[in-house]
Amino acid sequence: MYDAGKILAGLAIFVVLVATPFWWNAARGADTAPPRIEKPPAGTSCVLPPDQMRHEHMRLLIEWREEVVRQDLRTTRDAAGRPLRKSLSESCLACHGGREKSCDRCHDWLDVRVYCWDCHSDMGARRAAVAGGR
Amino acid sequence: MAIDRRSFLAAGGLAGLALAIRRAVAEGRLTAEPWAPPEGQALTGTRWGMAIDLEACAAHPGCTACIEACHRVHNVPRFDDPKREIKWTWKETFEHAFPAQENPWAGEERAELPVLVMCNHCENPPCTRVCPTRATWKREDGVVMMDWHRCIGCRYCVAACPYGSRSFNWVDPRPAIPEIDPSFPTRTKGVVEKCNLCEERLAEGKLPACVTACPYGALTFGDLGDPESRIRRLLAERPSLRRKSFLGTGPQVFYLV
Repeated sequence: MYDAGKILAGLAIFVVLVATPFWWNAARGADTAPPRIEKPPAGTSCVLPPDQMRHEHMRLLIEWREEVVRQDLRTTRDAAGRPLRKSLSESCLACHGGREKSCDRCHDWLDVRVYCWDCHSDMGARRAAVAGGR
Repeated sequence: MAIDRRSFLAAGGLAGLALAIRRAVAEGRLTAEPWAPPEGQALTGTRWGMAIDLEACAAHPGCTACIEACHRVHNVPRFDDPKREIKWTWKETFEHAFPAQENPWAGEERAELPVLVMCNHCENPPCTRVCPTRATWKREDGVVMMDWHRCIGCRYCVAACPYGSRSFNWVDPRPAIPEIDPSFPTRTKGVVEKCNLCEERLAEGKLPACVTACPYGALTFGDLGDPESRIRRLLAERPSLRRKSFLGTGPQVFYLV
């Protein structure tokens, strides 16, 4: 191999740069434990089983969005078969007690910015939480 | 065993097909089919329309109860600068609302009569034809709907609408909303908005907010497809005007004279 020294040194620098977020957070002593989502006290089951919800909630929300806005189909059933309104603010957030306790926990940790809140409000959920003593 | 070119391609193709089928199966709906809401919970019609009593409305020129109710329930921002103004319902002078009714002998007073105007939810809406993303379309029941998730802010619809019924958000509307109603979304900068005939209220079995708010009963909302409906009786009994119907848009908002 020609210029083995230069190539290996270059590769080493590349690996260090690519791994910046990992060693930077480790050096900073950041808390890298995955966030915990509290189970809503009122709910017994979510719209989908928890594992599926974890992986597919974004698909579920897009599906609901298309059906409610474009097809005027506003209702569904949850995993336990109970009737449910397809509403981010009034079903998801009302049960989970607002976005700070649910959405934001993971999205902040993963640094994923969602633009739902540019238009949708979670104040209804907060109001419901106050009224329901949660 | 050596694998030849032919069997390699065949195996690859089959594997691809299997993956596509698996994906298609996995892409099914996530939640159960919608359940039918109990009978009478939602207002359903075949052709929604509105009749506005011009005389009853013009008799109270200072009244803005309908406009305030509409803008409150839909989080419509209030900008004083007319260049940024957002309007779902508003009042226009008679001569501006009905340019075809131009009449030199009617007098200035008639020309200046205030007329409540809104989206006409046209039979043949020019705005939906020009939308490149299908962010606006006409529903089966006649509501000219908007999907704000899909609007890219090109403003073709604003240019196509002959009634000025569509407004564009040039700046973030949230700070200009007097009090945000959390049950309805706000809009963002770069999105067009307009009257939605209170489709979210119809789904809950409620009449449009302007109709409920009018203290003088000047607004009648109903199903034009139902010959027994009150709006059909009114339109049969009394002469009515439509705004710029000569354009072929087929406005579904009628003005009783």
